[in-house]
Amino acid sequence: MSDYLTRNDHFVAPDADHSIGEVDAVAVSDKVSNLWLDTWRDIRKRVLFWVSAVVVLLIVIVALFPGLFTQVNPTKCVLDFSNAGPAVGHPFGYDKQGCDVFSRVIHGTNASLSVGLLTVLISTVVGVTFGALGGFYGKWIDAVLSRVGDIFFSIPYILAAVVIMSVFSQYRNVLMVAVAIGGFAWPGVARVLRSEILRVKNADFVTASTALGRSRVKTLFLHVLPNSIAPLIVLTTLSLGGAIVAEATLSFLGVGLPGTTMSWGNDISAAQSDIRTNPMTLIYPSMALTITVLAFIMLGEVLRDALDPQARAAR
Amino acid sequence: MIRYILRRLLQVIPVLLGTTFLIYYMVFAMPGDPLLTLFGDKTPNPALLEQLRAQYHLDQPFIVQYLLYLGGALRGDFGTSYSGQAVSEILARTFPVTLRLAVIAVVLELVLAVVIGLVSGLRKGKFFDNINLIISLVLLSVPIFVLAFLAQYFIGIKLGWARPTVSGSAPWSELLLPGIVLALSLYATSMRLTRASVITTMNQDFVRTAYSKGLPRRRVIPVHVLRNSLIPTITNVGTDFGVLMVGATVTEGIFNVPGVGNAVFQAIRHSQGPTVVSFVTVMVLIYVFVNLGVDLLYALLDPRIRYE
Amino acid sequence: MSKPILSVRDLRVAFGNKKAPVEALHGVSLDIWPGETVAIVGESGSGKSTTASAIINLLPGSGRITGGSVWFDDVDVSSLSRAEIESLRGKGIGFVPQDPMASLNPVWSVGFQVAEAVKANGVATTKKEVRERTIQVLRDAGLSDAEQRLKQFPHQFSGGMKQRALIAMALAANPKLLIADEPTSALDVTVQRVILDFLSSMTRETQTAVLLITHDLGLAAERAERVIVMYRGEIVEAGPSLEILQNPIHPYTKRLVAAAPSLASRRIESAVVEGRSAVDAGATVSESVPAHAAEVVPAIEIRDLTKVYPIRSGVFSSVDFTAVDHASFVVPRGTTMALVGESGSGKSTIAKLILKLEAPTSGSIQINGADTTNDLGSRDALRLRRLMQPVFQDPYGSLDPLRSIESIVSEPLVVHQVGDHKSRHDRVSELLDQVSLGRGIAHRYPNELSGGQRQRVAIARALALKPEIIVLDEAVSALDVLVQDQVLRLLTELQTELGLTYLFITHDLAVVRVAADHVSVMEKGKIVESGTVDEIFANPSQEYTRKLLDAIPGANLLA
Repeated sequence: MSDYLTRNDHFVAPDADHSIGEVDAVAVSDKVSNLWLDTWRDIRKRVLFWVSAVVVLLIVIVALFPGLFTQVNPTKCVLDFSNAGPAVGHPFGYDKQGCDVFSRVIHGTNASLSVGLLTVLISTVVGVTFGALGGFYGKWIDAVLSRVGDIFFSIPYILAAVVIMSVFSQYRNVLMVAVAIGGFAWPGVARVLRSEILRVKNADFVTASTALGRSRVKTLFLHVLPNSIAPLIVLTTLSLGGAIVAEATLSFLGVGLPGTTMSWGNDISAAQSDIRTNPMTLIYPSMALTITVLAFIMLGEVLRDALDPQARAAR
Repeated sequence: MIRYILRRLLQVIPVLLGTTFLIYYMVFAMPGDPLLTLFGDKTPNPALLEQLRAQYHLDQPFIVQYLLYLGGALRGDFGTSYSGQAVSEILARTFPVTLRLAVIAVVLELVLAVVIGLVSGLRKGKFFDNINLIISLVLLSVPIFVLAFLAQYFIGIKLGWARPTVSGSAPWSELLLPGIVLALSLYATSMRLTRASVITTMNQDFVRTAYSKGLPRRRVIPVHVLRNSLIPTITNVGTDFGVLMVGATVTEGIFNVPGVGNAVFQAIRHSQGPTVVSFVTVMVLIYVFVNLGVDLLYALLDPRIRYE
Repeated sequence: MSKPILSVRDLRVAFGNKKAPVEALHGVSLDIWPGETVAIVGESGSGKSTTASAIINLLPGSGRITGGSVWFDDVDVSSLSRAEIESLRGKGIGFVPQDPMASLNPVWSVGFQVAEAVKANGVATTKKEVRERTIQVLRDAGLSDAEQRLKQFPHQFSGGMKQRALIAMALAANPKLLIADEPTSALDVTVQRVILDFLSSMTRETQTAVLLITHDLGLAAERAERVIVMYRGEIVEAGPSLEILQNPIHPYTKRLVAAAPSLASRRIESAVVEGRSAVDAGATVSESVPAHAAEVVPAIEIRDLTKVYPIRSGVFSSVDFTAVDHASFVVPRGTTMALVGESGSGKSTIAKLILKLEAPTSGSIQINGADTTNDLGSRDALRLRRLMQPVFQDPYGSLDPLRSIESIVSEPLVVHQVGDHKSRHDRVSELLDQVSLGRGIAHRYPNELSGGQRQRVAIARALALKPEIIVLDEAVSALDVLVQDQVLRLLTELQTELGLTYLFITHDLAVVRVAADHVSVMEKGKIVESGTVDEIFANPSQEYTRKLLDAIPGANLLA
């Protein structure tokens, strides 16, 4: 088209250049694709996903079978070894009581992970119930549930957990700590799910389901919830990290798990006074804690990127 | 605007009643007799116990106790701490320190989050952005007490650049280290928020309009991109301010900052349940009001709400 | 004749990363002479907007110019530095964006944003001059109370006013060329016409050349001297407007001209007209309802239907908003009734009321002679759902993205417990055939289909229970012209074959002409005019209907 037409010429492209296809046809690839399949295909290509997934898996194995990683009894402490440095079979050395630090870090995993999982379970169940019912049914149900959520949201959950644990000081165990944290962490879940449901429930496919004669409850479970849970999965993964930190913080403050339970928070708390003399007893459990939380946060980030088309565009 | 403020104020009332009720109920449900703990191991004489019970209205039904407590709180009476000092007095002494610490942390957080978030957002996918995102992930994962200990150990003890603990008068210079620790732990969220909203805003039609009418980049970025992206960041930093105002319990405890958070920290460490609860009640009230302020700030920043 | 003001030569644009670029423009060349208006017409994905953005170097996202040149006033724009192109924008080339709602910054006042354009292009310097010039350009743009409006924010402006402000900005520095990218497609039809008229008169006065980007061939031909037709990143045909319209040569242009509803003058006829059943024949006679209403029960009959919504006005108070105000009409069986109106006229609310997705405040609804106004028992409600099905506007939103096509189309059968697994599967295949989709897509998911295909799936789902009535709520508005034409033809065929009754909700009178038998025009919740399509189009009795009819672009070009 080097010699371009003058002003009033009638230009027609040679027809051969343009095969005009079916009007609304779209090339359908041989692979079936939907949100979950696409997410999996996207996610399995990422290094960050595999790194965080492997670390998470490792942590779970450590928590379930600590004996695979250390034969040293973490509670058999010998004061002779108080604050002694690393030795063969004791790579992290000893703490003030003369306990093996490596063994304590390994055996402390279980408590941290249990509290984390239980907390997230509690906050998700409560949050999903509040968020789904409020968002989907609206009107006064939403007004009441949202106000209740506001009240719980207005108490920072660490503070609330501190109060609960101070009040019920004689019931210190994994379940109680999880209830104390999860019992006030759920409004976050409820808010995310509620706004997502508000977005989804006005979609035409939901109206179409109602117009078909589906009941409201079935519509909620069959169409609205499945299309609303993607951000929830991300939030759950991220808050697992948060819950583990919260447990460690409570234990650190001395209102979390009892001193007899081995946990990273307790060990950090105990090592605090030796920061000048033997900082490593503080640093090892801190590192274990940080790596665990980092693994969950990275996993959450990867999922967020893969599940949210907006985040994908913003990347 | 007036309508928005009014509605927001009205929403605060049930929240205030609900939170105080919730906390008070937890204390009420506390196992054991609160009075017996006062006497420790000693067995008090029953007559005295009766008298005290009446004095603290413990013989009244729960709802009456709650209303009496609420009435006291409205007059500024939040009860007495384990050391015999009025909670309100302790607050008057510690609050200014916490406020100063919060200001340091929030100012640092805001500046870092806005500058780095903006640069990162504008250079999306480049080297700086990627490194920055990884650092922010790590910062998000490090628990605040680990960060505090690391700072205390390396900067305070090893390098000796700052006092590892804050002295009684808490001068600004000594508050800087705990302030930096707090800012770092909060920074990552705000930075990511700024970055994400810079990226979203850059793709908005109105930014294109701004370019298409002939504005240079050096004007479009601050006036049209940054101004709009600041709304979520400032709101988030405001919420952080609320959290800090109610005391960075852990950080204040570790650095021995004589603030509200430390008072709570000490109370928790000494297992003074009722005192902890009194403090927390006041803190929640402050938190609710700071959040109310943040919402009003939001309205001020966004004309769509301002001119509702 | 003078030289062209804009010369585009062999322009190529690609998106995506460097490793796997996707070319969107494959060598586009065009010229625009001073003072003339040229239109680029094309469907979505044709590259028309990309061409416009490439000219002022504002390609979205990863887009970049990979070849060719853009000459403006004897300067190659694609070789300019950033600062140079910044000074060219606004001063040399003005740009009017597509969506006025999103194109003004919500946090700055309109006056501030217009003043920015005035200052940046050096039209005025002192504070007083800038203010005067700002008021002047806004006045010129038809905002007579410009001075009072300077301090207002975009959300306080209506869509039309926003577009006026944007045009004011684009023309603030008297550019030689104005690029208008679908400047009215986001606006109501009557507003569209006003804005386009205003744009023409402004540019004629100032002798500004205009490059108009549009999907509407009628609009292009009406507004521009020359039309350029684009298809998949290339120009397929270009020439004087009327000639393109009357004598299209390229097969694509021919199809486009044939499909453009704004240019059509008669209803789409089904290929199988003879096959109408006795009931349908009766219905076609009964055009003069209500005289025959006693004999043939109409499919839908609404009487004095009213819907009032409470709108929150204060903290505790609310005011009533009447969305539908005593609306009455009758839809004879086997025919199509179009319900036309602009946004907010209440037409979609009527659809929801008839579908029993919302309850009316007063009035009555009869479906096939049975009163369905009040709450029905669950059995009656299910029977009604079986009788009447909806198809919605948004082909992306009306199918659950997590379900396969088979599961979507068979859902009605499952809900109403029709047949067993095997017979449902057969019915799905039959339905997919009916809407001309291959059976192969049954195991696919909605995100793998195009807009038109999705709308066919939605129609298949609506047909699954063999309903008698289908409510089409803007069902073709989101589709490209050719696809829209195909779906309308499909609907007409299905109507003849199955004797369906359609209630067709739309804002587009051009579509009404080709797809409906009867039409009711709605304005502010009231039905202002009703009649057969031929009557209304020939003799509109209401001023409002006339305005709507006038707003169809290019309607009289081929008369």
